[in-house]
Amino acid sequence: MTQQYDKLPPEAFKLVKVNSTHAEQIARPSLNFWQDAWLRLRKNKAAVISMIVLIFIVIIALVGPHLNSYGYNDQNVSKANLPPKISWLAPLGIADGYAEVAGKKVDVYAQKNVKENYWFGTDSLGRDLFTRVWKGSQISLLIAFVAALVDVIIGVAYGGISGYYGGKVDDIMQRIIEILAGIPNLIIVILMLMVMEPGITAIIIAIALTGWIGMSRIVRGQVLKFKNQEFVLASRTLGASNSRIIFKHLLPNIMAIIVINTMFTVPTAIFFEAFLSFIGLGLQAPNASLGTLINDGYKMLQFQPYMLGIPAAVLSILMIAFNLLGDGLRDALDPKMKD
Amino acid sequence: MAKYVTKRIIYMIITLFLIASFTFFLMKMLPGSPISSAPKLTPEQLAVVEAKYGLDKPLPEQYLQYLGNMVKLDFGVSFQFKGADVTQLIINRAGPSFQLGIQALVLGTLIGIILGMIAALKQNTVWDYGSTLIAIFGLSIPSFVFATLLQYWVGVKWELLPVALWKNGFSSSIMPTIALAIGPLATAARFVRTEMVEVLSSDYILLAKAKGASRFEIAFKHAFRNALIPLITVMGPLAAGLVTGSLVVEQIFAIPGIGEQFVKSINMNDFPIIMGTTMFYSFLLIVIIFIVDILYGIIDPRIRLAGGTK
Repeated sequence: MTQQYDKLPPEAFKLVKVNSTHAEQIARPSLNFWQDAWLRLRKNKAAVISMIVLIFIVIIALVGPHLNSYGYNDQNVSKANLPPKISWLAPLGIADGYAEVAGKKVDVYAQKNVKENYWFGTDSLGRDLFTRVWKGSQISLLIAFVAALVDVIIGVAYGGISGYYGGKVDDIMQRIIEILAGIPNLIIVILMLMVMEPGITAIIIAIALTGWIGMSRIVRGQVLKFKNQEFVLASRTLGASNSRIIFKHLLPNIMAIIVINTMFTVPTAIFFEAFLSFIGLGLQAPNASLGTLINDGYKMLQFQPYMLGIPAAVLSILMIAFNLLGDGLRDALDPKMKD
Repeated sequence: MAKYVTKRIIYMIITLFLIASFTFFLMKMLPGSPISSAPKLTPEQLAVVEAKYGLDKPLPEQYLQYLGNMVKLDFGVSFQFKGADVTQLIINRAGPSFQLGIQALVLGTLIGIILGMIAALKQNTVWDYGSTLIAIFGLSIPSFVFATLLQYWVGVKWELLPVALWKNGFSSSIMPTIALAIGPLATAARFVRTEMVEVLSSDYILLAKAKGASRFEIAFKHAFRNALIPLITVMGPLAAGLVTGSLVVEQIFAIPGIGEQFVKSINMNDFPIIMGTTMFYSFLLIVIIFIVDILYGIIDPRIRLAGGTK
């Protein structure tokens, strides 16, 4: 055994000196808060898949209406009520252009002598549903994003002012909120929509009008929490102005919570738009949104279930993806605040 | 406590007053009136009709009269149903709506609690993921999508239950109840899971384990009861969600409830019914939230409603 050790030449041994500066060396690049959060988010499979799905839907919603030659409002009554037909799916018996008429399977395309394929079928006016579904998704997403943005702006400003200035200002602003929060938002939204000219703007205003209260409460709480902490005091002592404290010190600290909250505002807005369109207060024909498409589809449910099924599926997938991504973001951005 | 209750009641009155005023002035701003769509009337006939419904008086007077009548729970007479009293119309419609609402709330929270408990007790297993998945689906899929799918498959395709209407007693209420219950179910499941997980990791559960209490005892006697208390706080939002859901679900299943009447009145510009139902919904939700807050303070003595003093 000892012989083996003899084989090692003395040069193989080197004296290691403890270098105290090495102990403090940072081996990996330091990450800022958002990079750190991104690492955590990436580990959450559901959130990542949701993000991919959402990006995919947003892209199709933008390019989808241009993928074929039909406009979202091109009517062609001779090609009305066609079931979906996708040539490469047809051999599987899905989307093959057959529909059940009086208990028998009939090739509607042959019957009506239609040469081209409609991927999602057509509605009772012969409008291409593929174009309409993605046009509708586009409008639903637009409404949701703008409403969420308005919510964020009003909510952050209101909550920020109320929390930062405190005292009498806070008192009055919070009393107003307490009363406003008591009013059921459904009622305000419905009433506002009855008065305003129907359209995208009206829906956005109606949804945003009630949505900001939650955001403002959260922002106020956060501002109250941070504004008396040492780093803010230090900055103030050094002569920083109010706007510098707000934008440089407070906002970056509450950004995470604002992002999380916005992620949950978007699906709520999508839901409200669809809900309002469903009860007939939303967009007016010929405009399409997911809600109006579902409403149209519901009327034809017994004969053309695909007219309801496709927009309903898109709506549900959007809602699920936003909720899952929101959950993931919350866990990633604020590990302490797990639901 | 008494101070808190008085403060809350004053707020409730202010809120209701604001909603009433808001509703009134919005209604007055609306384009078109129910009379404008009626067959052509001569100016004299128009004046008679307007006088009958009190539409000829100046606005402030109409407003004061409206507020005064509202205190007496008198919302005037409907435009679409000739001369029917609005309060009476709402009361007539209340039965099915309340039955559905209560059935959905009970069914939803019960199943939700069970799902949440299973998820918490079997954390990070298939059970947990399964119940989380159900909760996410329930939160995400709008009740009207769920209701239409249910109606199509269970009602039309499989013919298991009546497709719509309110004629076959309890069996008519099954599908709408399920459609409405999905929201409370998801909310309760998520909430109970979170609370249970938190409670299960607390010191007194550890003590119970050390004492040798069985798993069953720990789950039901110790954890479950404490996890349930905070569930009361979501009852307010749940009730609001049920009202929203009932508007569409009643419409889909053609149920003669308050929601269906409300939606119909919106499309027909029937102001008295809209105003009456708005006030009714607001009152209902405000009172529910109030009761929930008070109950919470009574059940969980750790919560001090008045704040500060212990």
